[in-house]
Amino acid sequence: MRWRLNRRMNRRMATGILLAIVVVALVAIAIAGPLVTEQAMATDFARKDLPPSWQHPFGTDWMGRDMFLRTIAGLSTSLRLGMLTASLSAGIALLLGSLAATFGRLLDATVSWLIDLAMGIPHLLLLILIALAVGKGAAGIIIGVMVTHWMALARVMRAEVLQLKQSGYVLASEKLGVGKLTIIRKHMLPHLLPQLLVGLVLLFPHVILHEASLTFLGFGLSPEQPAIGIILSESMRYLVAGTWWLAVFPGLMLVAVVAMFSWLGGSLRKLLDPVSIHE
Amino acid sequence: MEVAVKTAKNLVRVALLLLCASAIAFTLVSISPLDPLQTNIGQAALGSLSAEQTAQLESYWGVGEPPIQRYLSWLGDFVRGDMGISLLYRQSVATVIAEKLANSLLLLAFAWVISGVLGFTLGIIAGAYQGRAIDRAIQSYSLIIASTPLFWIGIMLLLIFAVWLQIAPIGLSVPIGMEAADVTLIDRLRHAILPALALSITGIANITLHTREKMIAVMGSDYVLFARARGESTRRIVTRHGVRNVILPAMTLQFALINEILAGTILVEQVFSYPGLGQAVVTAGLGGDMPLLLAITVISTALVFGGNFIANTLYGVVDPRIRKGVSK
Repeated sequence: MRWRLNRRMNRRMATGILLAIVVVALVAIAIAGPLVTEQAMATDFARKDLPPSWQHPFGTDWMGRDMFLRTIAGLSTSLRLGMLTASLSAGIALLLGSLAATFGRLLDATVSWLIDLAMGIPHLLLLILIALAVGKGAAGIIIGVMVTHWMALARVMRAEVLQLKQSGYVLASEKLGVGKLTIIRKHMLPHLLPQLLVGLVLLFPHVILHEASLTFLGFGLSPEQPAIGIILSESMRYLVAGTWWLAVFPGLMLVAVVAMFSWLGGSLRKLLDPVSIHE
Repeated sequence: MEVAVKTAKNLVRVALLLLCASAIAFTLVSISPLDPLQTNIGQAALGSLSAEQTAQLESYWGVGEPPIQRYLSWLGDFVRGDMGISLLYRQSVATVIAEKLANSLLLLAFAWVISGVLGFTLGIIAGAYQGRAIDRAIQSYSLIIASTPLFWIGIMLLLIFAVWLQIAPIGLSVPIGMEAADVTLIDRLRHAILPALALSITGIANITLHTREKMIAVMGSDYVLFARARGESTRRIVTRHGVRNVILPAMTLQFALINEILAGTILVEQVFSYPGLGQAVVTAGLGGDMPLLLAITVISTALVFGGNFIANTLYGVVDPRIRKGVSK
């Protein structure tokens, strides 16, 4: 019975269902984080340094905190920060990209100059400088990641708007005297939004990895906050002591979350792209 | 002639970009809430200074001067090679950077070459045999590694090779407690191998994915279809049409990799406590050593822009269409 059901589904539907499952899983982690934070921070020296078991799937640390709960809380922080910063970056990309394509050569040149400039300073260094300038913590991460991740998407948006401007229906609407704003709303945005959505999702992996790296180096979230970068940088101190589970499982979970976003972005692009619709 | 003009224009552009980047870095450093006097001599010492000494220090750090004036005087000194005094190392910044860069260069060069060569080769193979088992294997590797934080790869290598197998040292670029003169090249290599490996593992993934995309585009082109119709084998198509057309984007990728590897050394050197430029960045940042941080930022940025410039210039040399100005 089940097999026949599968046979009747095409790849598009199967991908859609898998997409839904992945999204639900990611949202669940994001929501679960704040709920378990208190428990994740609870220390109990009676159960310190326990290797992974059924009771504590990821083991416990030197203060007896449950590593599974800490990991979930940390990932949740990453996801929520990532959501915010990726959206802000995508917003900048949409704004600058479409402005560059619509308002003449000077602005276009300025924006591409800005893109070159922002791509020239190694990201991590720029992130560190910004984190120091605005004071470490979430604010530094949000501002830093926001200004270092919009460039690639801005280029895509610019190219897209340039192409749309030359399309027959936009040219025709212009000749018919349709207002600029109406053209943007009715003819451009429906094309730009799917692209923006895909770009937004594909920003997540970078954003999350940069947040974790910055925190790992000590320029991001502080040790009291639940963060995956903190967990991993603490685990370094206990590597020689043999508590390998402190480093292995949280890292694997981080990889899994980032990989899910990459896959999500790739699949969304395929689903929304009319060329590959029949695959 | 045309190429020369283009190169000159490019050079001016790079210089301007670098100038802007240094201004941005300077601004960021100056708006940071750190008080230069306090980080220089410490809170306690600051209280015990006479008013005269404080005034002297303030004039050295340019406290109260307008930011633009401070930037220009810093820039003037920097161009003449005076990058200031590092607060943490108590040496001139230039000396510190020269020493750290010498350590890092080994890592950087190794990772840069390995990632480029292996990434390019794997990308060509995957692209040429799209959809086959070998392509799937290469692609899965690249996609997984692209989702993996570099510092975690470092931690895992450390765990496997240094803690479990105990065949690699835990960190530092030379054995602990050894005179600097006794350190052999072998020692240096032994300590550099894991960080270099971590950097390469990540570097390869990105280059492979991009090269594969380009290669797939080439393999789907009309001239490859025609070559197949003529009866050329896949191997010949790859060497005669594939590689030649992919080499241009690959060059851009290779030089863009400098940016990634420079950022990567910060993480990797931190994990392996390897005393190079990357570790100096973290130490300087956490310790408030702004002159050092600023100088490293400007030099790294110069390396990145320099790489872009070389790539652009090489384009003209390698591509006959650009060289001969056919596009006109």
